[in-house]
Amino acid sequence: MATLELTIDEGVAAQPAKRGRRLGLLFWLAIGWMIFMFAVAILAPVLPLPSPTDMDMLERRAPFSMEHWLGTDGLGRDELSRLIHGARISLVVGLCAPIIGLTLGGALGMLAGYFRGRFESLVVGSMDVLLAFPPLILALAVTAFLGQSILNLTFILGVLGIPAFMRVARAATLTLARREFVIAAQALGATHARILLRELLPNVILPLFAFFLLAVAVTIVVEGALSFLGLGVPPPISSWGTMIGEGRESLDVAPRLAFLPAAAMFLTVLSFNLVGDTLRALTDPRQGAL
Amino acid sequence: MTDNTLLSVEDVAVDLPTPRGNLRAVDRVNLTLGAGQTLGVVGESGCGKTMLSRAILQLLPRKAKLSGRVMFDGQDLLQLSPEKLRKLRGRSLAVVFQDPMTSLNPVLTIGTQLIETLQEHLELDDATATRRSIELLAAVGIPAPEQRLAQYPHQLSGGMRQRVAIAIALSCEPKLLIADEPTTALDVTIQAQILDLLAREQRRRHMAMIIITHDLGVVAGRTDEVAVMYAGRVVERAPTPALFKKMRMPYTEALLAALPRLDAAPHTPLPAISGRPPDPTRPLQGCSFSPRCRYAVARCQTEKPALQAAETSAHQFACFHPIETHAEAGA
Repeated sequence: MATLELTIDEGVAAQPAKRGRRLGLLFWLAIGWMIFMFAVAILAPVLPLPSPTDMDMLERRAPFSMEHWLGTDGLGRDELSRLIHGARISLVVGLCAPIIGLTLGGALGMLAGYFRGRFESLVVGSMDVLLAFPPLILALAVTAFLGQSILNLTFILGVLGIPAFMRVARAATLTLARREFVIAAQALGATHARILLRELLPNVILPLFAFFLLAVAVTIVVEGALSFLGLGVPPPISSWGTMIGEGRESLDVAPRLAFLPAAAMFLTVLSFNLVGDTLRALTDPRQGAL
Repeated sequence: MTDNTLLSVEDVAVDLPTPRGNLRAVDRVNLTLGAGQTLGVVGESGCGKTMLSRAILQLLPRKAKLSGRVMFDGQDLLQLSPEKLRKLRGRSLAVVFQDPMTSLNPVLTIGTQLIETLQEHLELDDATATRRSIELLAAVGIPAPEQRLAQYPHQLSGGMRQRVAIAIALSCEPKLLIADEPTTALDVTIQAQILDLLAREQRRRHMAMIIITHDLGVVAGRTDEVAVMYAGRVVERAPTPALFKKMRMPYTEALLAALPRLDAAPHTPLPAISGRPPDPTRPLQGCSFSPRCRYAVARCQTEKPALQAAETSAHQFACFHPIETHAEAGA
């Protein structure tokens, strides 16, 4: 009689499924860059940096030196300092605007996906209207009308993000609301609010958060584009987009003035995308399996 | 009807609008259940068992139309305000669903799900609720209940999950527990354990229970009364011993014949019920089982048999040619 060989190769058995290993080096590099960016941006006022707005007309477009690590820009302002202070603007707008979208869009999407019916048609319909506007043109129009300020910029970018968040939240809620655990919760006498907040929200928040990180990346780029066009933050405040815009004038003499902020933006956006993608990949199969 | 009656389902019908027309999922069902009693509802897939349980709980799909009366503990559930109904569910009426994989929230810990249910209905403080949760988990036979509280449903096996679902259902000491195919998603050895657990907890808490299943074997030793459903109607209803002693409806006989038997010789073909249940959107004029019934005669195709009493009024069946008559005719 044949016996079934049940011993597992010890090397295989000893290998625990480590999450860290699966995430890969690139993920941790991205996280590292994000932490570095945030730390520098938050600590900017206490760091021993020259003022980002002090001009030194004698040292215009100065090359790298001990005094100015990354040189100076066309008006003799310290490039490194402007880059770091620009990160503050880019990150604040890049984070706050998607938070507006996440909160409002997420709430609308969950309500629409849970209650269905006329409310859903109304929400989806109005979001389609909002989506039909060319976003950059709308942002241009609003900043031109309400004036250039960080608050206005954040607000308009946030509103533009609502439809996308609404769709993600609604799609997730639609599938989840039919799961048996929602009926089970109803059978246990749970209120609608409880089902939405305690049963559905913890499930919906995973794909929403992954999408949030991607939205941060997109928002940083859009903020850069608006600032590049001169409709972002008002001068002399620096943001990466403004710096690229200013650097354009001296591309032939000092291309680094445009490329340094572009590289900072590129790396930051790439990091957010990488982390967002990894998290989405982590949450997606689990959603399907359960 | 005695004062002991906890649940009475009177003329309940459920209509579901579908693109192909109106679907009558439950067709004028009458049932009563006394406190502490167990009722088995048996029938094959799609015969309206689950819809009946959802009708009792008032958890039907939004478009479904419900008519009739569901009296529970002296209150008509159909007339109750949503708020009162909500308070009744979980507190007095609880359910265990078929698939423990989907009836627990995948992203909340076992403890969160149990404790929140307890706090929702009983207004306990955190420490008391935690202690009761541990007691409940221990009562349903979960080893190391303290550690389970911090675990997620995917860390438990199917049988364990169903035990947790039962613990949640039992948490507020309901008067009626509806077990909707509680063992269908589990393997056979676990099935017996779960059914024994349900029976034990039922006796201990003196609650009434409705077991919904497609397996006559499940209801045989564990119920006081059995209702056999076919195409949305109750076709035979009897106290369990009477049903198994002398079944009258050919459908019940066919269901029982379709059970695999331990004493049968190996490779004995399992008699299946030929054909499929009728399309519920196209109701038959006559007995809905007639196309598949081996005793069917012309009358069965034109006239619907009503429920009639057999020897005792407790045993009812809906058939023009109950099985015994055939035996006599053959003798």
